[in-house]
Order: sequence, then structure tokens, then C-alpha cells
Amino acid sequence: MDLFNIFIQAAFIENLVLIYFLGMCSYLAVSKSVKTAVGLGLAVIFVLGITMPINWLISEYLLSETGLFGMDLTFLRLILFIAVIASMVQLVEMVIEKLSPTLYNALGIFLPLITVNCAILGGSLFMVSREYNLAESAAFGLGGGFGWFLAIVAIAAIREKIQYSNVPAPLRGLGMAFLLTGLMGLAFMSLMGIDPDALGAN
Amino acid sequence: MAETAVKTAKKESTFAFGKKERKLIGDPLNDNNPITVQVLGICSALAVTTLVKQAVVMSIAVVFVCGLANLAISLLRKSVPKQVRMIVQLVVIAFLVTIVELTLKALDYEVYKQLSVFIGLIITNCIIMGRLEAFAMANDPWRSFLDGIGNGLGYGAILIIVAVLREVFGKGQLLGWKIIGSEEAMIDTTGGFLGGYLNNNLMVLSASAMFIIAVLIWIHRSYNRKLVDIS
Repeated sequence: MDLFNIFIQAAFIENLVLIYFLGMCSYLAVSKSVKTAVGLGLAVIFVLGITMPINWLISEYLLSETGLFGMDLTFLRLILFIAVIASMVQLVEMVIEKLSPTLYNALGIFLPLITVNCAILGGSLFMVSREYNLAESAAFGLGGGFGWFLAIVAIAAIREKIQYSNVPAPLRGLGMAFLLTGLMGLAFMSLMGIDPDALGAN
Repeated sequence: MAETAVKTAKKESTFAFGKKERKLIGDPLNDNNPITVQVLGICSALAVTTLVKQAVVMSIAVVFVCGLANLAISLLRKSVPKQVRMIVQLVVIAFLVTIVELTLKALDYEVYKQLSVFIGLIITNCIIMGRLEAFAMANDPWRSFLDGIGNGLGYGAILIIVAVLREVFGKGQLLGWKIIGSEEAMIDTTGGFLGGYLNNNLMVLSASAMFIIAVLIWIHRSYNRKLVDIS
């Protein structure tokens, strides 16, 4: 499957957060302002884009039967994937602290929480179950990250505006965020019938 | 003054099950619900609630992992250095989730196939990490265990409510037993619609879980006014 098609599919047609609802916790918690949403979104793109190929390499060359150890070690997959993700996030944390201390302070606890962002581990598990190769994994990672970034910036923008609306008190804040995400999910579902291969054929 | 001094000097019994312990189990079901108040554990709450059976299996898995992970980390809390605590927590959780995954694979392969990625995603379930950091790192093993069980139950309660609504209205069945609507009775021989309940396809989409949880939050906070504007 064409690399660009995989990117488009991961970003829009099978958006990780609006179709599969992965990565919802930090998505709902950080989307109160657009600035922090952009920062977290960019961090997620970076982490996804790098951990996907690394996880693929581990899965292919360490854990499979044709790999380094010569036996089927796939039950170690979850632990090793999480270890790679944790180290990547630690790296990103150090880079952000150096490059932009204001963003680092604004993101606070949610930067280390990218480690447990379902989107990253979920993306890796999808990659394994769909049996992508190395280049396809990278495209899938970047596309998934880009889609996540779009979704969180969109809902942050809407939530910022909704703060000035007359929402009933029990529904204010979290309840409204759930409703908005559901509506956005429905909107993105209208893209579901698109077949990227058919588009490319023309 | 003398009474408070005596009270603080009295040591708490290790395995007590008094009011405070009951609160640890009861609070996550109402005031401190992981999904509707703490904003944790939402990813899987939306994806596995198409069928009640999947929701029940997921709830049992999370109760098991959360309770035991809380217990393990609480036992280890004094011997783990601060810098590696996240790695230790993740390894403990990954270990427990691998046990759950292999057990499920052996007991019920069908459900395992349906749940596929989401069993592995229990590792990243924010509830477990969240409670480890917030409670187990600072409290004794018995109470951490109860807190883990309580949060798992709170999560399970929301999951099962959403799953019941989605399965009954989306597929007309409950746990596989058909209870409302019947395709044969409603469509006549020429293909016209005779009336009755047709499955609501919105409920099958994952977005419906978002709407149902939004309404649950609305109802919950209308009755429990102190939760308004809390998140």
C-alpha cells in the first residue's frame, strides 16, 4: 500500500482519537487552551513518528522466530514496547525543557503522561496486527500523530469558545467536551468510506 | 485537646474494614468516579462497550490489574528510587496485563479476538497509573488494594451502564439474548416497514458512547451538585 495513502488513512479516515478513541485522557485534560494543545500535539507527533519504526525493528528482529534469539518471544512485546515509549518520552521531555521552558512548564505532568497515552501503544499494536513493513510503520506513525494533533487543536479551539456560552451547570466542562468529541467523531466518520487506493488510481 | 492527642497516638489496625475503608471502595462509585470525575480510563470505556459481555470482561480485568498493581507498588514503595519508579510501575502493570491476556486467550478465544488490542491497552489505562501515583505510592498495602478495587468497580459500573444501553438499543439484545425488535416481524413481504423497533445504528458507532457518557455526567452532576465545574 502506498506510503502517502497510509499517512492519509491514519490521519483522517482512521483518526486515532476520533474514530478509535485512543489517547482520550490527555486529549480531554489538555484541551482547555489551544497553546498547550499545540505543544502536546507536536510532542505526540514526534514520539509516534520515532517509536513506530523502533517498535517494528524490535518486533521483527528481536521477538520473532527469525530474529536474534531464534524463538517466539512475542509475549514480551507489551513490556518492550512500553519500555521504548517510556525512554522516547524521557528524551522528548529533555529536548523540550532545553528548547522551550515555557512550554515545558505549561504542559506540566502531561508530558510524562504521553508514555501512557493509549494512542502510542495502540498505534504500535495496530502496526503489529496489520503487519506493516518499516517504511509503512513510519508513515503510519507520522500520520497517526498528525491526526491526533489536528483533533486536539480543533477541540481546544472549540472549548475555548464554548467557555463563553450558556451551558447548563452540570454539563459544563467535561460533559460538554464529551458531547463535542462525539460530534467531531461523527463528522470524521463521514470520511470512512474513502478508499485511498481508488483516489490514487485516477 | 487530650482526646485528639490520644486518637493520633492510636495505631491503625492493618486489616481493618471500617468506615474509611468502605469509603475507599464507595467513593469511586459516586463522588470520585474515575471516568466521570477524574477523567481517567476513557479510551477503553468507549471502544469495548458495544457488547455487555466485552464490558464485563474488561471490567473484571481492570479490577484485577488495578487492585493487584496497587498492592504490589504499595509493598515496593519504600524500596524503589524516585527516578526509576515509573519504569517499575510499568513493568508491574505490564506483567499483570500479560497474565490477563494469556488467561483470556485460553479461557474464551472469541472474546479475546473481539477485544484484541484493548486488553494490551489496559497497560496504558490512565486509571491504573493514576491511582498508583496518587494513592499506592503513599499508603499501606491493604488500603491501596481496596482503593484499586474501588476504582476498578467505579470504572466497571460506567462501562456496564453504557454497554447495556448500546447493546439493547443498538442490537436489540442483551448478553446475546434478543429482547426487542425483530427484523422478520417488521418488514413485510414486499420490503415495506410495518412498524416496531428497528435497531438504532447510531448506538453501534463509537460516538454514541460519548453522548451516553455526556448525559450520564449531566445526570450525575445534577444530583451531586458539589461536582459541578470540578473538571
